[in-house]
Amino acid sequence: MNAAVVFGLCGAIAIGLGLYGLITNPQPLRKILAFNLLGSGAFLFFGVVARRGAAVGLGGDPVPQALVITGIVVAFAATALAVALLLRLFEMTGAATIRADTRSSPADDPEA
Amino acid sequence: MISHPVSISDAVTGGSFLLVLSIVLPIAGALLAFIAGGRRSEWIVLGTMPFGLGVAIAIAIAMQKSASPLVYFLGGWLPPLGIALRADGPSVVMVAITAVVICTIGVFARTEFCTPAGSVEARQPFAFWILLSAVWAALNTVFLGGDLFTLYVAMELLTFAAVPLVCLDGRAATLQAALRYLLFALLGSVLYLVGTALLYGTYGTLDIVLLSHRVHAGSATLVAASLMTVGLLAKTALFPLHLWLPPAHAGAPAPASAVLSGLVVKGSFFIVVRLWFNVMPSLPGPTAAQLLAGLGAAAIIFGSVLALRQERLKLLIAYSTLAQIGYLFLMFPLAFDLTEGRLQSGGALTAGILQAISHATAKAAMFLVAGLIYTAVGHDRISGLAGVARALPLGVFAFALGGVALVGVPPSGASLAKELLLQSVAETHQWWWAVVIQMGGIFTSGYLLLVLAHALVPADRRVAPRAPVSRTQEAAAFALALCSLLLGLVPWEPFLSVPVGISSNPLALGTLSKALWPILVGAVLAILLGRWGGRTVQMPLRKSLLIVVDPIRRRTLAFSKIIELVDDILQRWTAATVSLLLVVILLGAAMLLG
Repeated sequence: MNAAVVFGLCGAIAIGLGLYGLITNPQPLRKILAFNLLGSGAFLFFGVVARRGAAVGLGGDPVPQALVITGIVVAFAATALAVALLLRLFEMTGAATIRADTRSSPADDPEA
Repeated sequence: MISHPVSISDAVTGGSFLLVLSIVLPIAGALLAFIAGGRRSEWIVLGTMPFGLGVAIAIAIAMQKSASPLVYFLGGWLPPLGIALRADGPSVVMVAITAVVICTIGVFARTEFCTPAGSVEARQPFAFWILLSAVWAALNTVFLGGDLFTLYVAMELLTFAAVPLVCLDGRAATLQAALRYLLFALLGSVLYLVGTALLYGTYGTLDIVLLSHRVHAGSATLVAASLMTVGLLAKTALFPLHLWLPPAHAGAPAPASAVLSGLVVKGSFFIVVRLWFNVMPSLPGPTAAQLLAGLGAAAIIFGSVLALRQERLKLLIAYSTLAQIGYLFLMFPLAFDLTEGRLQSGGALTAGILQAISHATAKAAMFLVAGLIYTAVGHDRISGLAGVARALPLGVFAFALGGVALVGVPPSGASLAKELLLQSVAETHQWWWAVVIQMGGIFTSGYLLLVLAHALVPADRRVAPRAPVSRTQEAAAFALALCSLLLGLVPWEPFLSVPVGISSNPLALGTLSKALWPILVGAVLAILLGRWGGRTVQMPLRKSLLIVVDPIRRRTLAFSKIIELVDDILQRWTAATVSLLLVVILLGAAMLLG
């Protein structure tokens, strides 16, 4: 078992844990954390891909690393946006849940 | 097959710098508007709009002249290391229609999102104009991006610009809808990202053209394809992955809803098209294509029945978007050529793109009118729409025109799309999709007539508009609806492949009568499924009709109860995410079967 396989398995486990957390946790903050774990697993995959490029004799493939850095920036921005929305929601309602009753929520009638 | 040139000198086609311009211009607009702030941000974004529209038209002309896709290599680096921007027929069409819709929405939104006279800066207008420009830039990047990772970044930009549009008014309900939208979209984008990692690991490139030469069926490729496709479906809100769409699209302010429903969902749809038709046309196989269209058919039934059952106009339009998204996916099995075992970029693909742009224009118009109705009467309950046609004649007419265009009455783009799809049905002998295609038109006319029946009834007392409605706004909505209705007359040949013998005379009596019967059946559906309140009983003639209709209506209502129940379950987070994983597995299995 070489390093690439170990890291690949770690990536797979991180993705599995992240997916599980994203699906089962009702709290949005935990969902955001789970998304970050999921993203880390995906980034680890890119690392493995770069490493495998190196194994072919390229001396390390730099492209996946460039992709990962971009991916991290995107994931960071996504997390910031999600946390900002969550904080605002908490400020307004005193609770943070996305278990919306969709039939009534957009139907909020200012007149009624 | 397109291939990359060997050197830069023969690489850059004339006018290809326009591709860069079409992305840079709205980004510059967004950044400058952010710096300038206040009233100036509105003027900056509005100022970039004519130029953006001009660039989109110039791209179309340049492509028509060169008769080949426009390509631009950023920084002069060739793929696989460099990044290419590429404009082929479908992307040129999408860029052009996006420019038209964004500019019209910009004109419309001037009244709604102007900074109030007394204040230096207001949060809503400031955010709206920047986000509108950002959506435009992201969409153009989606349509022109030449490699899968650029498409990922563009898609994320699109999501980040679209999510705040949902909660512009800052109510708790819309914040919640925005958060749901963001979290579900993020799940989709991670699936897409894992797919790109697998593809890069297998082929060492993410460039669309290079990949299309190298790609072959293998376990990693199949897993990547199904992960990426489902990730994109989650962002497009194809049934059963639609939990975020109705609250998000119905809760946003009208111009924002028009952007979200008309344009934003088309971004991820376009990447699905890129992936299936350009990257791996021979990989998915007929079973996977049937599965995708099957989900589309389910979306049409669910979206339409739920639309007919809504009490509020904006929710009705949002659910109709759900159905129309399903319609977009019907082209996949029809584009599949069994003898060659691959998806062909022929008439069926043209139909899909035409349907997408017809829906973009018509649905934007309908959401804008819903916003006007809300301004005029202070609510958007469908049962309380009586007299609206008197108060907003041009607006209601625009709504009707948009709906008629979507139903597929010639010469609308949707009617041309329908004709192309039906021709592919006849060529590939898949009669069951003809049933679904006709059903889509029938349902659409059903909920259109439901709204019009309420809006055209004279009010018991005169409806005094609560706020004056600007004629410019009505005209903007009308222009979009008219645009959708006339799309079938545009000569598409330079950009999209149109088989010969299609729509020689869109205004002939035969084609018109063919378009009329779905409207009649749709009227029956609207009577059976709509919420009519006390209105039906008032008229003596209808009373005798009711005796006949009532038993059937009771049965159809029982059916719609089941659909509402299933939708309630699918709107729960756990059910939606589990069904997302199920779709990944099903699609992977379908691709493995071939």
